[in-house]
Amino acid sequence: MSSDQIEKKIFLKAPRERVWHAISDPSHYGAWFGVEIDGPFVAGKEATGRIVPTQADAEVARLQEPYRGMPWHIVVDRLEPMTLFSFRWHPYAIDPNRDYSKEPMTLVTFALADAEGGTLLTVTESGFDQIPPDRRAKAIEANNGGWAHQTRLIDKYLHLQGLVS
Amino acid sequence: MHATQLTKAVPIFAALGDPVRLAIVARLCSDGPLPTITLKDQTGVSRQGVSKHLRLLQQSGLVRSAREGRDRVWRIETRRIAQARTYLALMSAQWDARLERLRSFVE
Repeated sequence: MSSDQIEKKIFLKAPRERVWHAISDPSHYGAWFGVEIDGPFVAGKEATGRIVPTQADAEVARLQEPYRGMPWHIVVDRLEPMTLFSFRWHPYAIDPNRDYSKEPMTLVTFALADAEGGTLLTVTESGFDQIPPDRRAKAIEANNGGWAHQTRLIDKYLHLQGLVS
Repeated sequence: MHATQLTKAVPIFAALGDPVRLAIVARLCSDGPLPTITLKDQTGVSRQGVSKHLRLLQQSGLVRSAREGRDRVWRIETRRIAQARTYLALMSAQWDARLERLRSFVE
């Protein structure tokens, strides 16, 4: 198994143009990703923004709430209309006290293709092998805390419903 | 990624797709090796429960165990590899969630 790369393929029941705008127009991108982005995406240029809870999912929005206002930063790599959008970033950069600027970035690529009745989107993220081990450990810990929190919420809910005692 | 490599990765993702098992792996990554009893106390599940989780983790190749006196002691199988796999599974889950949001946005 490669530890360096993630690949996701998703079939979307939406025209290619709509998907293209959702990933390449910063205001659209921001709406589902959960970020408020300053200015357009331009190949070779930085784009900055701030984390804001997503408008696509109320549950996720609650989880993102603690990170509201955290800086978000990418360097746009390629922007090929209707076909490909790629950028470099620092994945899971959620520690406000850490300077990520000197650390290696991963490369995220969105590739579009026609599919019957919609669009096939392939997302890859590569370069994880370059991420410092201590940063990986922190991400695992932070996320584990999130899961523990979720488990407690579910537990509380079940108790409130009288489903467990 | 080749299909065969992906198939090999399935047990790892399944093993990590549970908060108790992820907590065990996270603890062993930072403080391992540890005896069963310590892991049981930390996770708050029964001894039987924790043993079941540990067996699953062992089958996935993420942890291994050895008998030391009366205790069975657990350690991460090649710490760096396990950490890299856990990290990748986490990043992968993040993309799954983001892409579901993209789906509800465009469909």
